[in-house]
Amino acid sequence: MARGRPVRPQQNNGMDLVDEFFRMGGYAAYIWPAFGVTAALLIGLFVRSRLALKTDQKTLDILQQARRDQRASAGTAKTESDA
Amino acid sequence: MREFWALVRRDLVLARRQGSAATSVAVFFILTVTLFPLGVGPESALLGRIASGVIWVAALLATMLSLDRLYQGDYEDGSLDLIALSPLPLELVSLAKTLAHWLTTGLLLVLLSPLLGVLMQLEGSAYLTLVAAMALGTPSLSLFGSIGAALTVGMKRGGVLVSLLVIPLFIPVLIFGVGAVGAAADGLSQRPHLLILGAIFMFSLVLSPVASAAALRLNLE
Amino acid sequence: MANMHRFANPARFTRISNALLPWLTGATVAFFGIGLYLGLFVSPPDYQQGDSVRIMYVHVPAATLASGVYAVMAIASAIALIWRHPLADIAAKSSAPIGAVFTLIALVTGALWGQPTWGTWWVWDARLTSVLIMLFLYLGYMGLWEAFDDDRRAAKAAAILALVGAVNLPIIKFSVEWWNTLHQPASIIRADGPTIHPDLLIPLALMWGGFLCFFAVVLIIRMQREIVARRIHALQTLYVASDGHAVA
Repeated sequence: MARGRPVRPQQNNGMDLVDEFFRMGGYAAYIWPAFGVTAALLIGLFVRSRLALKTDQKTLDILQQARRDQRASAGTAKTESDA
Repeated sequence: MREFWALVRRDLVLARRQGSAATSVAVFFILTVTLFPLGVGPESALLGRIASGVIWVAALLATMLSLDRLYQGDYEDGSLDLIALSPLPLELVSLAKTLAHWLTTGLLLVLLSPLLGVLMQLEGSAYLTLVAAMALGTPSLSLFGSIGAALTVGMKRGGVLVSLLVIPLFIPVLIFGVGAVGAAADGLSQRPHLLILGAIFMFSLVLSPVASAAALRLNLE
Repeated sequence: MANMHRFANPARFTRISNALLPWLTGATVAFFGIGLYLGLFVSPPDYQQGDSVRIMYVHVPAATLASGVYAVMAIASAIALIWRHPLADIAAKSSAPIGAVFTLIALVTGALWGQPTWGTWWVWDARLTSVLIMLFLYLGYMGLWEAFDDDRRAAKAAAILALVGAVNLPIIKFSVEWWNTLHQPASIIRADGPTIHPDLLIPLALMWGGFLCFFAVVLIIRMQREIVARRIHALQTLYVASDGHAVA
């Protein structure tokens, strides 16, 4: 074995590349949180907006159904035309 | 035109009767500035360097806190509705009240500023510019402030929101006001800064009555 | 202008926007997907800033679109005030939280970019300072909507505020730029400066496209929600009036 020359055990070439990718040249501590916060904020906003829409849509459906039911029962009692 | 000056006079008389308002502005201004040497230490060089910034920020804060007086009082006792019915256009109503507000707030700050300059070890060459810049800047502060006050008139917790609304509008005045005084202190030309302050004043003179009147109309209906 | 009123019908808007939504969502995913792949994998690190320059791919689009969304808000507000187009103030109200999120992203990523570059978590450069002030503008606008009980008053007040903010923005940006050159002649994040490498431009453009499509998607969702919420409110009022007792 040659002296003075460190020999790196070539275990898995592929894993080294992935490792390098995640290390991001030493800036990992900044890059990943940056992209992470961005993703979290964007996804969070999207999910919240969508959830609010779905919830309100359900409430509207319930209200509209109730109104239809009310009209139906009122319609059998009176013969006035619908507004 | 007569109604315009009558309104200004009325507001001034009212302010005088409630004496505390103008005094509290002055007291707040002086106290705030006084806190800085206590906070950062008495070293003249440091104080001198931050003097114009501190004085201007204190002026901004004092103006912000006094905006409550602009429309709220009249709104609460119903006088604002009556004033709105007068032949004077709402834009001029807003302008008149803003003028009265400046005379009891901004003008006070202008007159007190040299004193505070002394407290903050402001460079001798900068005093005249300080007064001039304040005289040009504080009217803009009142004018911009009127917009925020008009938008939030009648709100219970409007105070906090008003600050948030007017701060972005105040910032250019702050930047060039400090710039003017800083230039004078460094022996550079303060003219460009004063000219820009003048331009901002002209701009606010047009924008404020229009926006304030629109907001008042909205809140009074 | 006559054409615009075709979309004035909220039901029609909902139909058309529902048709557009899958395409816009797909475009968002595609832009972000390819943009991130190119930005994180393929594009070269900067010779000075190393890999940290990759943060630019989220920071720059977020910062520029924060202004863009404000412009949309201001235009929608103007349309609401002048032509009283019913969807206009809904569009303005729905845009604001998206713009605010963009400013937050710009500020956080700016800090994360600044620390390895200048050794400090915050720096008062012109762009970051402008974005911070813009965040205040957005928060004030959103706060004003919440402060009114009456939706129609809120809409008008918010529109006035948006326009006041819009005309002041150039002045604010100008003064911040000037203030910055006075105090800090040092380098600003010049990702869009003369040194930008074409290899960096394509991922940047793709990410920009992703943010833009994201804005469109969330804007539509929020506008639809607002329309539904108003209909709920109208129904509840009707229900109380016709029945005499309140809806559960």
